[in-house]
Amino acid sequence: MDTYQDIIFKLKRYWADRGCIIQEPLDLEVGAGTMAPETFLRVLGPKPYRVAYVQPSRRPADGRYGENPNRLYKHQQLQVILKPAPVDVIEQYLGSLEFIGIDLRKHDLKLEEDNWESPTLGAWGVGWQVMLDGLEITQFTYFQQCGGIDLELVPAELTYGLERLTAFLQVKDSVYDIDWTADATYADVRFQDELQYSVYNFEMADVATLWKLFDLHEGEAARLIGLYKKSAEKPRFPLLPTYDHVLKCSHLFNTLDARGAISVTERVGVIARVRKLAVGVAEAWVDQQQPKETAA
Amino acid sequence: MSVDLLLEIGSEEIPDWMIPGALESFRALVSQALACDGVETPVIRADATCRRLVLQASGVYERQPDKAERLQGPAKSAPAAAVAGFAKKAGVAPEQLEITATAKGEYYSFLKQVPGRATKDLLAEALPGIVLKIPFPKTMYWTAKNGPRFIRPIRWIVALLGEDVIPFEIAGVKSGSVSNGHRRLGGSSIPVTTKDFEQKLRDNFVILSADARRKKIESEISASVKPDPGLLEVLVYLTEFPTPITGEFDKSYLDLPAEVLVTVMRHHQKNFSVLDANGKLANQFVAVMNIDADREGLVKRGNERVLRARFNDARFFWDQDQHKKLADRVADLASVTFQAKLGSYLAKTERVVQLTGTLGGDNFAQRAALLSKADLTTELVKEFTELQGVVGGLYARAQGEPEEVAAAIYDQYKPVSMEDSIPATTAGQILSIADKLDTLNGCFSVGLIPTGSKDPFALRRAAQGIVKILVEGKLRIPLRNFVSGDVEAFLLDRIRYYFRDVRGFKYDEINAILASGWDDLVDVEERLLAIQSVRSTPDFEPLAASFKRIQNILKQAHFEAHGRGIDPELIEHGPEADLHFAFVATRVEILTQNYSQALESIAALRPKVDLFFDKVLVNAPDERVRQNRLTLLHSLLAEFSTIADFSEIVTSS
Repeated sequence: MDTYQDIIFKLKRYWADRGCIIQEPLDLEVGAGTMAPETFLRVLGPKPYRVAYVQPSRRPADGRYGENPNRLYKHQQLQVILKPAPVDVIEQYLGSLEFIGIDLRKHDLKLEEDNWESPTLGAWGVGWQVMLDGLEITQFTYFQQCGGIDLELVPAELTYGLERLTAFLQVKDSVYDIDWTADATYADVRFQDELQYSVYNFEMADVATLWKLFDLHEGEAARLIGLYKKSAEKPRFPLLPTYDHVLKCSHLFNTLDARGAISVTERVGVIARVRKLAVGVAEAWVDQQQPKETAA
Repeated sequence: MSVDLLLEIGSEEIPDWMIPGALESFRALVSQALACDGVETPVIRADATCRRLVLQASGVYERQPDKAERLQGPAKSAPAAAVAGFAKKAGVAPEQLEITATAKGEYYSFLKQVPGRATKDLLAEALPGIVLKIPFPKTMYWTAKNGPRFIRPIRWIVALLGEDVIPFEIAGVKSGSVSNGHRRLGGSSIPVTTKDFEQKLRDNFVILSADARRKKIESEISASVKPDPGLLEVLVYLTEFPTPITGEFDKSYLDLPAEVLVTVMRHHQKNFSVLDANGKLANQFVAVMNIDADREGLVKRGNERVLRARFNDARFFWDQDQHKKLADRVADLASVTFQAKLGSYLAKTERVVQLTGTLGGDNFAQRAALLSKADLTTELVKEFTELQGVVGGLYARAQGEPEEVAAAIYDQYKPVSMEDSIPATTAGQILSIADKLDTLNGCFSVGLIPTGSKDPFALRRAAQGIVKILVEGKLRIPLRNFVSGDVEAFLLDRIRYYFRDVRGFKYDEINAILASGWDDLVDVEERLLAIQSVRSTPDFEPLAASFKRIQNILKQAHFEAHGRGIDPELIEHGPEADLHFAFVATRVEILTQNYSQALESIAALRPKVDLFFDKVLVNAPDERVRQNRLTLLHSLLAEFSTIADFSEIVTSS
């Protein structure tokens, strides 16, 4: 029986063998692997790119104090970007499942329509949720737009839910019972995380402070985006740090939301504020990465 | 010579619900391309799975019949150069031209033989365009920006006419004679012919015919499965080789409301639920796999595990939610925003309670209104948003609210579509109307008005629901007292839609009836039924035409009602007096009649009206006589337009 980390090793190996750069996770709070610049920015522009990384993804509202067997404040996604998507992309994906020991002649696999959209990132794509014996194990998306920009090359994004996949393979009813290694369970490694962040996000996070932080990060991102437009030295302009501030805003929004501080319709407005920043960075990034014609 | 045709567009998984429509369009487009004078268009069989759209036909002509086409050239008198030019264009020597006589004179002409095109060439040219023209609700590009669009990437194409490949290319995929089987049970490069195609697929675990897949599922699930045609269709198009299996869950979950269990099974897991001998939910479910068998029970185990987790969640939420009653949750709605400019759900609740009362709702209806939105704060609704209202109703019942209150809360969002039923109780109907009216009026007042396909607050559905409830619930509520301006026009639009598209009345009948008022939609329905029943009687349409004539006469005469009434002294004996007499008699007669009898009585005036127009000069030289005749006509129109405005009826003459 493969442990949690064995499965991660195997999947990384599998995708490395198919030309992927194996990246480490982004060291900021994100809600999904898509938000990491390795996806959000790399899918833009005409350069082919293949990358895979495990991204811890934080969703404050999903926290359950470590008490719910299937729901986590922070779960781990294996994010694979194949840009452009190869013609046999689904076959390659199915191969990865077989590589971790799932005999697909004995299991029920269905690709059910599930179009993905991230209003905060101005991004959307079409695709499926991959259902294995009734369990959603992967989100498969052909990106069409990112940061409000039509993509030059269409990437396939594969997002594996690692805890679910492992619980499935190890036949565990609770993610906390997953064997992370032969000696340590998922609970051993992560329970404190789940408990403490749930307490903070639901009970102790100071709403006024979070809003202040949101405004500060928003201001800094907006300031930088404004400066880029006027910048005479665009190639060295710090767009990546600008994007960090956008991600901070996104996470603060999620925390405020979990805290119950954002009403249903206020949401729309706040999402639009974050989206504006994300779109601003995306547009600047496309401009910055464009090979510039040298002056005659 | 005729041959077989086989077309297969191999795609990545197409969303199940789009497949039948796309397939039908594909068939129609190909059929159109094959249509040709002088030969019968072949019957095309169409089949699809989630990975392929397939057309097959036999008896397809190999080439269109040759045609002779007469080309007309210059006049006989034209200079030789022009004649030579025409001959050259026609590809013959000038001596070979003929002279034909036409109405305009004699002309040079030539009977050109146009050879019929080979079907193979014709299809090779047409198919790329046809395939990309198949309409889908949402398409994608995949080769690169501005590349061709389809529902999902096209991965292979089989195109055979007889034994020949019809050569073409779409998005870099060349047509050929090689198909693909089931993703895991079948082969991935299967040479096929028009003859062995379906069998070859079957050998590779693809059941091509949707009907065969449907029958396979139906025959393999037990009779105790709760019939669910919608779910069956989803599964038919989500699979290439469907095989049902039955799983179990712990009986203790049956304590949860059936609505919750069924929602989890149907909407979240695409499982059928199973009924016991008493028609109650059994602790079983049926999943439909896309493989041939579950020999080791792995699929069953997996599905049971997922369902258990989902049920556990639901139970956890249900238990949590009982710690706080709905009545105690109402205040919490202050922090749930309905719409930024329209305030919280608490504010909405207060408005809806009041409106429910104004609309005639009793104490039960008003209590239901007060509790109606409280379930938005529950964990169960946050998890299963599609159960809002239903959960409120279930909680109300569990918490000892009167049954009338629980039922009204339960039904408050009905009807969710034109096919759905309206709330079962009057309290539920009034609550539903109040809620929808509040949303409509509120959204319009802050400028959230639907435009084109954009209707984020589903206002069309809300308005449509109000109309359906009023008519089908037989509620005589004066709708127009509760709306104004734009909302009134918006509602009128939905009223027209309801009676025309849902109920099938003719649009001119609807115009005629609505022009005579729509304060009471139950009354509108009664008048519509009446006009529908007398429409076919011989006097009706001619009378409608006469009414239109009357209207025009009055308009041309700039007639304005003066309130003096008809002066009998001025009425001439003969047709005018007859019409006047009939008018007075009918006016009395219809007082005691129902709508269709009244309409028949009015229609019976027709011969009198006709005769009047035949024999009597409205524009009499004597101004007083003229005015009196106009008054008579105006009275006819005014008195008999309270049921319907006949001038709106479109007559065939």
